[in-house]
Amino acid sequence: MSTGKRLLTKVDAPARLTEVRENCRVALARQKTRFLVCAGTGCVAMGSLNVLAEFKRLIAERGLDMDVDLLFEGKEAQTAAAGSGCHGFCEKGPLVHFEPRGIFYTKVKVTDVPEILAASLDHSTVVERLLYHNPDGSTCLTEKEVPFYSGQQRIVLELCGSIDPEEIREYFARGGYQALAKVLQECTPAQVIDIVERSGLRGRGGAGFPAGKKWASCRKAPGDPKYVVCNCDEGDPGAFMDRSVLEADPHSVLEGMAIAAYAIGAEKGFMYVRAEYPLAVARLQKALEQARQWKVLGENIMGSGFNFDLEIFQGAGAFVCGESTALVRSIEGYRGWPKPLPRARTTEVGLWDKPTLLNNVKTLSMVPKIVNRGADWFSSTGTKSSPGTAVFALTGKIMNSGLIEVPMGITLREIVYGVGGGVPNNGKFKAVQTGGPSGGCLPEEMLGLEVDFDSLKSAGSMMGSGGMVILDEKSCMVDIARYFLEFTVHESCGQCIPCRNGSYQMLQILSDITSGKGQPGDMALLEEMGQTIIAGSICGLGQSAPNPVLSTLHYFRHEYEAHIHEKACPALQCKELIVYWIDPEKCKACGRCLKACPTEAIKGEKKVPHVIEQSKCNKCGICLETCPDRFSAVSKITGRQKMDIL
Amino acid sequence: MPMLLETDEQKIEHVFSRFKGVREEIIPILQTVQDVFGYLPEDVLKEVARFTSVSESRVYGTATFYTQFYFTRRGRHNVKVCCGTACHVKGAAPILEAFERELGISCGGTTEDFKYNLERVACVGSCALAPVVVVDDKVFGLMDVKNIKECLTVEEGEQQ
Repeated sequence: MSTGKRLLTKVDAPARLTEVRENCRVALARQKTRFLVCAGTGCVAMGSLNVLAEFKRLIAERGLDMDVDLLFEGKEAQTAAAGSGCHGFCEKGPLVHFEPRGIFYTKVKVTDVPEILAASLDHSTVVERLLYHNPDGSTCLTEKEVPFYSGQQRIVLELCGSIDPEEIREYFARGGYQALAKVLQECTPAQVIDIVERSGLRGRGGAGFPAGKKWASCRKAPGDPKYVVCNCDEGDPGAFMDRSVLEADPHSVLEGMAIAAYAIGAEKGFMYVRAEYPLAVARLQKALEQARQWKVLGENIMGSGFNFDLEIFQGAGAFVCGESTALVRSIEGYRGWPKPLPRARTTEVGLWDKPTLLNNVKTLSMVPKIVNRGADWFSSTGTKSSPGTAVFALTGKIMNSGLIEVPMGITLREIVYGVGGGVPNNGKFKAVQTGGPSGGCLPEEMLGLEVDFDSLKSAGSMMGSGGMVILDEKSCMVDIARYFLEFTVHESCGQCIPCRNGSYQMLQILSDITSGKGQPGDMALLEEMGQTIIAGSICGLGQSAPNPVLSTLHYFRHEYEAHIHEKACPALQCKELIVYWIDPEKCKACGRCLKACPTEAIKGEKKVPHVIEQSKCNKCGICLETCPDRFSAVSKITGRQKMDIL
Repeated sequence: MPMLLETDEQKIEHVFSRFKGVREEIIPILQTVQDVFGYLPEDVLKEVARFTSVSESRVYGTATFYTQFYFTRRGRHNVKVCCGTACHVKGAAPILEAFERELGISCGGTTEDFKYNLERVACVGSCALAPVVVVDDKVFGLMDVKNIKECLTVEEGEQQ
C-alpha cells in the first residue's frame, strides 16, 4: 500500500538527512528477512555469484521476489537475496548471512541453497553442517561467535559485508552521509581539521603521517583550486584491503573525501584506482551516480552551497604510482616518476602544481566515523601514538586467510594464533611479513610485539598499507627476500641510480646465493648496499626496497649462511640447491611418477624401485605430488644429505 | 607498415570523440584504444600523439612506462598466473613453469595460433585460494602442477 507521501529522492538540506535515514530504515525494515551473499572478490572466485543467483531464482519461484522500491511504497516483503561486499573470512567462502537472525553459513554451494531456504523460511531451523565449526567440533551460529571475528574490532570494515554496496539507501539507513551533513551544518573547516587532529588519525597508506597535520598544511597552502585525491593504487602483492573497502562500502570513502574537501577548501577530487580492480571501479561508478542523484555529492551538496565532485582515474599498472608525487604525475598524463629531491610537499605543490590532499582509502573511510562519534572515541582505541585500528590482509600459511581489522597495539601472537587460527597442517610458524615489498620479516621471538606504526618500524619492518603474510618452515627466507626485491626491481621507475642499479645488483647477489653461487662476503655487501640505497634513493619505493633483505639478514642470518657456506636450502625451496630423490626403501614401483614426469627423467619398471636421472630432471615437483601419501617415497634433499646420497 | 584500414580509422575516430585531446587524457585514451584494439598498434599511437599534440616519443614513453599496455597483438585468451606473496609461498613458480611447458611459450609470450597469452601478475586478491590462476575472468584456485590442464581444457571446450 502506498503511504501517499511523496518519496524523498534527494537530500535538499543537511537537516533533512535525518528524515532520509529514518525513511530508509523504516522502508528496509519492511523486508522481514534476507540472505546476504558475499560478493567480494574472494567469494566470487569460489562461485558466490552462482549461489546468489540460485537464491534469487528460488525466491522468485516461491513468488516472493520484489523490487526494493516497493518497500519504500509501504509494501512488505518476506525475504530477499542480495550481494554484499567482502565479509573478510575468505578462507570459508562463499559466505551467506541470514538476517536478521545473523545466521552465518560458510562454504555454501549452489546445491546447498534449497536446504538453507527451507530451513530458514519454512522450519525456522538452521543447516547445522554449513555453520562454522571450531577445531573442537562445536559450531558457531553467528559471525560474532566465530573466533576469527570476535578478536577483531571493526571501524573501517564496520559496514563491509552487512550492506548492499550498490544501494545508497542502505548506507543512509545505517547513518550514511550523516557526518557530512553535520560538518556542513555545524563546523567551520578549521573545526573539522581540529577533530581529525585531535583524533590522532594517521594515514593508513603506509607511512602513518598524521592526517590532521596534512589537512591543516593543505588548507594553509596558497593556491586555487585545491584537490583531494584518494589513493587506491594498491599494488603490494598480497594486499587487497583498499579494494575490499571500495567494493563493500564505497560511500564511506566518498563521504570521507567530501569532508576532506570541505576542510581544505577543494571542489574537485580524483579517485586513483588500479585498472586491475574492475569490480571496485564499477561499484564506485554506481556509488558516484547515486550520490550525485541524491545531492550528497556534486553541486550545491544538500543545498548547503558547498560543491564537490570527483573523477575516477584508472591507474595503468605501476607500483611506484602509490607514491604521492608519482601518482600526481600519472593523473597529469605523464610517466609515474616521483619528483626529484628537494621537492615541495604535495599538499603545497601537487596536481597541476596546486595544493593537493592525498589520502589512502582507509584513512578517508575512517573520517565519517570520527566526525560522528568524536575524536575521543577514536583515540580511545589503539595505542597512544597510533590510535584506532589496523586493517590487514592476512594470508599465507594461516588457517583463517582473509581481511581483518584489529585495534592497534594488539600483539602479533594474538593476530596469528587468535584471529588467524594458527598455521595449518601442523606447520611450524617461522615468520610474519608485513608491509609488502617495503616491509620486513619478523621471527617467532617477535610475536609478542604490539603492532603499531612505530613498533613495526623499530623492529625493522613496516605497517605498510596492510599486507600480512604468514610464513612457515617450508618458506625460505632468502627466497622471500629475493622475491620482494625482484618485485621492486621490476617496479623501479628507473629515475635514480641507487634504486635502479643498486637494487638490481642486490638482486643479482641474492640470485647467486639462492642458486648456490654465494660468496663469503655477500652478506656484508648486501648490508652495505642496502644502507646506501636507503640513504640515496629519491622516493619511498627505493628507500624501503632493501628492507626485506635487511630484515631477513638480521633475523634469519643462519639461512643465508646455510645457502652460502653449505650450499643448502633448509626450507627445501631453492631449486638449484635441492634435488628430488626417490627412497628405494619406500618406492613400491607403482609407476605413477614415471608416467607423470614431463621430461622422462624417471627410470624403472614393475617391481624395480624407480630412480630419477638427475641430468634430465627439471625439478618441476610432479613426482613428489603424484607419489601416493602412503608411500611418500619422493622427497627433496639438500646440502650434506644431497652430497651423501648422490 | 600496413595502412590503417578504414574500419580502424573509424574506430579511432570513435575513441577520440569521447575526449578533448589534452595531455592529461593520454592514459585514459590509451586505455580505451587498448580496449578497442586489444593492444596499442604503432599507427594508432601516432594518431594519439597527433590528437593530443604531444610528440610521438613522449606518448610512447608514457605508454611503455605502464605495465597495463601491450604493443603487440595479443592472444584471444589470457592466462594469468598470480605470483603475489601468498601464491608465491604456496608454490606459484612451479605452476608458472608448468604453463610455460604446456603452452610452449615463456611468460609474457603469446602462442603462435594467438590463442593464449601467458603472464604473471602480482596479486589478484584471492589469497585464500592460493595458488591462483586466472584465465580471462575465470578464477582457478588451489592449483598444483598436476591440474593446470583443467584451466586450458575449459577454454577449449568453450571454443567449440
